[in-house]
Amino acid sequence: MAEPRDVLLDPLFTNNPIALQVLGVCSALAVTTKVETSVVMALAVVFVMSFSNLFVSVLRTLIPTNVRIIVQLTIIASLVIIVDQFLKAFMFDVSKQLSVFVGLIITNCIVMGRAEAFAMQNTPALSLADGIGNGVGYGLILVAVGTVREIVGAGRFYDWPILALAADGGWYTPNGLLVLAPGAFFLIGLMIWALRTWKPEQVEEPES
Amino acid sequence: MQPRSNLYVLRFTAVVCVVCAVLVSASAVLLRERQLVNVELDRKRNVLVAAGALGSDETVSQEEIERRFASFDVVAVDLRTGEEDGSFDISGYDARRVLADPDTSRAVPRNAAQVQRVPSRALVYKRLDRDGRTDLLVLPVSGQGLWAAMYGFLALGPDMKTIRGLTYYEHGETPGLGAEVNSPRWQALWPGRQAFDEQGSLVIEVIRGRAGPVAGDPHRVDGLAGATITSTAVTSMLQFWLGDDGFGRYLERLTTIRGDGSDG
Repeated sequence: MAEPRDVLLDPLFTNNPIALQVLGVCSALAVTTKVETSVVMALAVVFVMSFSNLFVSVLRTLIPTNVRIIVQLTIIASLVIIVDQFLKAFMFDVSKQLSVFVGLIITNCIVMGRAEAFAMQNTPALSLADGIGNGVGYGLILVAVGTVREIVGAGRFYDWPILALAADGGWYTPNGLLVLAPGAFFLIGLMIWALRTWKPEQVEEPES
Repeated sequence: MQPRSNLYVLRFTAVVCVVCAVLVSASAVLLRERQLVNVELDRKRNVLVAAGALGSDETVSQEEIERRFASFDVVAVDLRTGEEDGSFDISGYDARRVLADPDTSRAVPRNAAQVQRVPSRALVYKRLDRDGRTDLLVLPVSGQGLWAAMYGFLALGPDMKTIRGLTYYEHGETPGLGAEVNSPRWQALWPGRQAFDEQGSLVIEVIRGRAGPVAGDPHRVDGLAGATITSTAVTSMLQFWLGDDGFGRYLERLTTIRGDGSDG
């Protein structure tokens, strides 16, 4: 039986959805040009994943196995639409910047992955912990990537000027590469490298 | 596990569908009013930014936006004749619905801005001076950018030639490159540029590289570094919307009405 503590904390570093499972990379590239959008996206995913795990787990003995994927998807899609509606009503500017990517949480492999792999077999409380843990693990990487991209790519942090831009008479010329998707690829790659140096057990066996 | 009966599967999925549908509909219906207020406020805000009545990164309250917007008249313009249409009901005007309906919009010839349809009646925003003459006109502009369509507002001064500002409220350009269309630094290059030359030809252009200051080089604006396609798109859409298929006829009329020969 898994310990609730481990279920909650393991996805942060030991079993991070992006860094170890390499899931959800698509949105990690798309929304991380700024810290603000990264944070809102992370919160949206934490919300969706916690509740989808919870609901799927509550229904797990009732869901017919042959339609389980579509039932999970219905629950996830409904949650995502509700989040999207809330953002449009209460955080209009951010929702404009996130545009389609909130809707695309539906297709985020992590959300369905956890519903299918964890919530279908575990109690609601554990599943909720797993959802929060994985959501936060995903969010951590997002915010870290967003922080580096915004500072190096735009000289700002959370829209506050950090580095004096050459365009405004300062010394710093922003690095355009980090604003584009390949920049995020490099950063995520470097993070995976760092994480596997710190926790060598994450390194995969070389393929023979 | 024993497979469930088909009837159970149908009943279960039906219940899940109904519950989810109710939740989704409820969130959409209950929040709709607030969302519409946001959209409307965002539009007013952007009209003000284009007009230079609000800084693009200035945060002000809803009341303040309403207060500043109160000095603007919203007017429907018949694009074909260039006349204002006072009888047109402007409340609830939804630009997208108008364009989707063949009764309220028409197709236009192929153009560089890749605009396919224009509304029969478009909304413009006018600020009148004490003598009732237009001293500021804000026009909606749109066109295809690099990744997606771009929507914005262009503000013209009383002579209908001098640009007062340009801002985009919706676009999908690359952050840091094309998305710099909305940076205060680039927007500051626009006020004072002349859209038309002495002969009345439409000459405004975003060039590659740097243009001169407003006084010496009034028809050209610096290109956005690393975003040639976005820069060209801006040129194309200004050329389109200030031209005959856009607001050209309306501008002509306004200039004739003024008829006082002042250059503004």
